[in-house]
Amino acid sequence: MKNILIDIVLQRLVIGIFILFGVSILITLGVEALAGDVCSAILGQAAEPATVAACQAKLGLNDPMHVRYGNWLVNAIQGDFGTSLANNREVSEQIGKRLGNTLYLALTTAMFAVPIGILLGVIAALYRNSAIDHIISTTTLTTISSPEFFLAYILMAIFAVKLGWLPAISNVSPSMGFLERLQASALPVATLALITVAHMMRMTRASIVSLLASPYIEMAKLKGLTPGRIIIKHALPNAWSPIIQVVVLNLAYMVVGVVVIEVVFVYPGLGALIVDAVLNRDLPVIQATAMVFAAAYVLLFILADMLSMLANPRLRHRR
Amino acid sequence: MTYLSAIWDDLNLSARIGLGIVLFFTTCGIFAPWLAPYSESQIVGDVWEPLFGEFFFGTDQIGRDLLSRLIFGARNTMALAIVSTAVSFTAGAVLGFIAATMSGRVDQVLSRIVDVCISIPTLIASLIVLSAVGTATQTLILVIGIIYALPVFRIARAVAMDIEVMDYVEAARLRGEGLWWLMRKEILPNALTPLAAEFGVRFCFVFLLIASLSFLGLGLQPPLADWGAMVRGNADGIAWGFLHPIMPAACIALLTIGINLLIDRWVHKASGLRDDQ
Repeated sequence: MKNILIDIVLQRLVIGIFILFGVSILITLGVEALAGDVCSAILGQAAEPATVAACQAKLGLNDPMHVRYGNWLVNAIQGDFGTSLANNREVSEQIGKRLGNTLYLALTTAMFAVPIGILLGVIAALYRNSAIDHIISTTTLTTISSPEFFLAYILMAIFAVKLGWLPAISNVSPSMGFLERLQASALPVATLALITVAHMMRMTRASIVSLLASPYIEMAKLKGLTPGRIIIKHALPNAWSPIIQVVVLNLAYMVVGVVVIEVVFVYPGLGALIVDAVLNRDLPVIQATAMVFAAAYVLLFILADMLSMLANPRLRHRR
Repeated sequence: MTYLSAIWDDLNLSARIGLGIVLFFTTCGIFAPWLAPYSESQIVGDVWEPLFGEFFFGTDQIGRDLLSRLIFGARNTMALAIVSTAVSFTAGAVLGFIAATMSGRVDQVLSRIVDVCISIPTLIASLIVLSAVGTATQTLILVIGIIYALPVFRIARAVAMDIEVMDYVEAARLRGEGLWWLMRKEILPNALTPLAAEFGVRFCFVFLLIASLSFLGLGLQPPLADWGAMVRGNADGIAWGFLHPIMPAACIALLTIGINLLIDRWVHKASGLRDDQ
């Protein structure tokens, strides 16, 4: 029993490492396409050819592609992602700080969004096709369909500009206390939470409703159990596996969803970093941040797979 | 006409609202030059003139009529999204069908490549690629089309796999029909319905991605009106209490909601899900 689980975990991790390896090659190819005129972009059109050549030599652009990729990979595995072209600081140090901020954003959001999302989903499934269900479903459809910056600017217009309760620009710093930090990041957290709650609610509702058609629920109903008891005692345990998947996949969504939200609120996270880097053509930073995003994505997908296997014993014996 | 009215009768209230929204924006897009009071690049007044004053939706950050830009934005943004989605479906479906029909090594190689590519979040991938190759309109269409071809490949492959095992495909194979015939005459007609439902869903994703990209500064180039870029351009106004950036953002939200309301009904019917227990 234990061994099977460990096997599965190891197997997924190995697949994950292979995928990340492929991703790193792809990202390198993409960044490679950017590299062409990066030196003339940094130095300006009027730069002396000699200066441009020196710059290219410094970046190692004269080496063939596979040599550069090999060097990058060896250094990256040791945690060294090179130095930023824009400000000459260590990329790994920059990313470390930003990653912490982004994780803080994602985890705070999850803390609020996960329980609310699941609760609303259960309520909507319990009173399906009632007024409550319609209200919840329509509201969540609206938030899912809106672009992140729409919700973000509406919240900003109301709470930061009109009421003046919260800061429009989320300037968090390590020296802040817990409450101060929470207040500074309240608007991005709220925006992100609105979207994730909607996703989780809809998936929870859908997975419970699809279970309600199965014979054992019919049986429970015929026994005369109350709807609440049927859902909580009979439907929910089997719905955990898809719900866990949804929660983790939403975390994966958040990793990317933060990009736009961080830009709107000028939040010092990874998303804002990659956008700046892309606009400045800061190759080492782009390469490293894209890797971090992809790694988070892949790891969360693996985690979703494993957790749903833990929650549903049947999935453990697929082959 | 009877066919149209049958479809109309089949729609519930929310789907009808959705259809109305979609038709509204489509009309705006198609007839933009005749509907818009000004051109999309003409500077007509002061910066951020108030809403509902001399100009219906006021003016934008450099004094262009916001209503006209919203109407032209409907045309540009929707056209871009439709063409990109069409590219992604053509590429994704052809490759997916090839993978399913040829199976074996071709399928393995294509599927593994897609597995790897799909692990890069779409927004990140398009940020990198677009900043490398630039944001000319054709490039935008091609890049977004290719990035979204990946999920379409998976769906098309799964759909085609189910059809590929049917007897009539086997019969066609034994008749000696080639790959192209099998894909076009046997698989495509039967895969069309599930793929069409998927088209609506994917269109929303593509539309939101385009909005986010142009919001981040990698979209259609000015002075072309584009909803996402208009939000970005007007964003500073929000600190002064102007609601101008909310307008284009609301258009994006409204159109996506409309499409979702419409396809919700469609997908619901197609899946045969029982919701009325």
